[in-house]
Amino acid sequence: MASGDVWILGITMTKFGKHPETDSVGLAAQAARGALKDGGVSMRDIGILAAGNLMGGGALGQQLQKQIGQTGIPVYNVANACATGATALRTAVMAIKAGEVDMGLAVGVEKLSGAGLLGVGGPKKQGDTWEPSGRQGAIMGLDGRVNTDNMPGTFAQIGMEYGHKYGGVSFELFARISEKNHMHSTLNPLAAYTKAMSVEQIMNDVMIAYPNTRPMCSANCDGAAAAVVVSDEKLKTLSDDQRKRAVRIKASILTTDPYEVGCQILPNVNTLTRNAAKQAYEQAGVGPEDLDLVELHDCFATAELVHYDNLMLCKEGNAVDFFSSGAAHRTGSTPVNVSGGLQSKGHPIAATGIANVWEICHHLRGEAGDRQIEGAKVGLAHVIGLGSACGVHILEKAAA
Amino acid sequence: MSTADTATRIPLVDYLALEPEPHLVANECTSCGARYFDHRDACASCFEAEFTRVDVATEGEVTAFTIVSYAPPGVEAPFVAAIVDCAGTPVRANLVDIEPTPDKVTLGMKVRLVTHSIGTDSAGTEAIGFGFAPA
Repeated sequence: MASGDVWILGITMTKFGKHPETDSVGLAAQAARGALKDGGVSMRDIGILAAGNLMGGGALGQQLQKQIGQTGIPVYNVANACATGATALRTAVMAIKAGEVDMGLAVGVEKLSGAGLLGVGGPKKQGDTWEPSGRQGAIMGLDGRVNTDNMPGTFAQIGMEYGHKYGGVSFELFARISEKNHMHSTLNPLAAYTKAMSVEQIMNDVMIAYPNTRPMCSANCDGAAAAVVVSDEKLKTLSDDQRKRAVRIKASILTTDPYEVGCQILPNVNTLTRNAAKQAYEQAGVGPEDLDLVELHDCFATAELVHYDNLMLCKEGNAVDFFSSGAAHRTGSTPVNVSGGLQSKGHPIAATGIANVWEICHHLRGEAGDRQIEGAKVGLAHVIGLGSACGVHILEKAAA
Repeated sequence: MSTADTATRIPLVDYLALEPEPHLVANECTSCGARYFDHRDACASCFEAEFTRVDVATEGEVTAFTIVSYAPPGVEAPFVAAIVDCAGTPVRANLVDIEPTPDKVTLGMKVRLVTHSIGTDSAGTEAIGFGFAPA
């Protein structure tokens, strides 16, 4: 068994946005080659490849090898909803922890430009006469007839549920969260959208599912991200420069939703996130007060609010006060989504769980330029995929 | 086919009972009491596999909602999707008989189950859907 920590040696993300010039494999290759170069290693050094992709055919890893190097290593094709990228990263981390390899590559890619509303199935095929089918004995598609299956609507209810429980939410509050992230993205050249938007602009934009207007929804776009991870022992044999830029993975956690009353009615994204956060803080030996920045899964403005609470950035029930105090702003006590978040940086699903780790690493390495959070030493990256799966990584700057 | 003693109505889902008065019926785990509106192979909470059918209260309180602007084909938009707590059993549904605007729909509002026709097939069977209307 290998002992000690696992480190990020090289990591990169592509520009998020529209990439009509290439396919998913090409984008993944760009990110993978970037991560290898960033880490100063080659495919010859890599012992395992974990490849995350949701919308492709499920064999991204092998297709990618044909573009960046076929060395015969094991490939794991990973799919775990919006937690796919984090799951790919964790797969590579686990292989190192298991002592099977000393270096691994994790990649996540998606092409989503113009994908429209996600989560909506096609209408059910209807015959001449009603025929009950499926586990609910439904005679036709239930989306829109029994609540909604679309993501903006689902997460809208999740935010409103928080408001029902603790009070203080409003359309404007959620719009202000979005305003923050759009403002943050003006400093991120790799974000899909880099335009500041006023609260009024956000509130007056197209309503998708109240209280989420279009800019309050994650931006469907193309993008890829990749990371090279390395064992403690192997890192010791590498150059000073490689060691200095390496980022320690203090915690790598994956959870699913445990049974609770109502979790089959409205997905409960809270408990599994709280569970993942608790385990991550314990594994890392740090608390929420030690975090210099957080990238959390703001797939919708209504989701960001509940995760302040779930990640314990505030006291239980205090997410509204936490946000209103300015704490989540890049100048606040716990900057949240300084990349612009999913609402403005974009959300190419399987890339997101590695891209948010890249954002944290970028700051811990002191390489974030205009948006650098000064003196950042510890950061947390969170993703959640409905169904559900939650990934949390806590990262720490290498000791000088 | 269309004689009075032939079933001429069919519920949208099998957990909607039309008689004697419309109500929802849950599959309740006989071991731990967890309730499901779909068929389960075993209980997600306690892993036992015996269920009994129980009636769910027809009145409840809105604990979450959204107003969806874009609907699938055949569904009118905007519509209100909500979670209704029916005496401790949460239910997914639409709110009906209410203007779909944020000043009319409120968290905590009291609602009751109602049914409506959603079409008739070639055999003359009428499909019956459900929603919750202001109590």
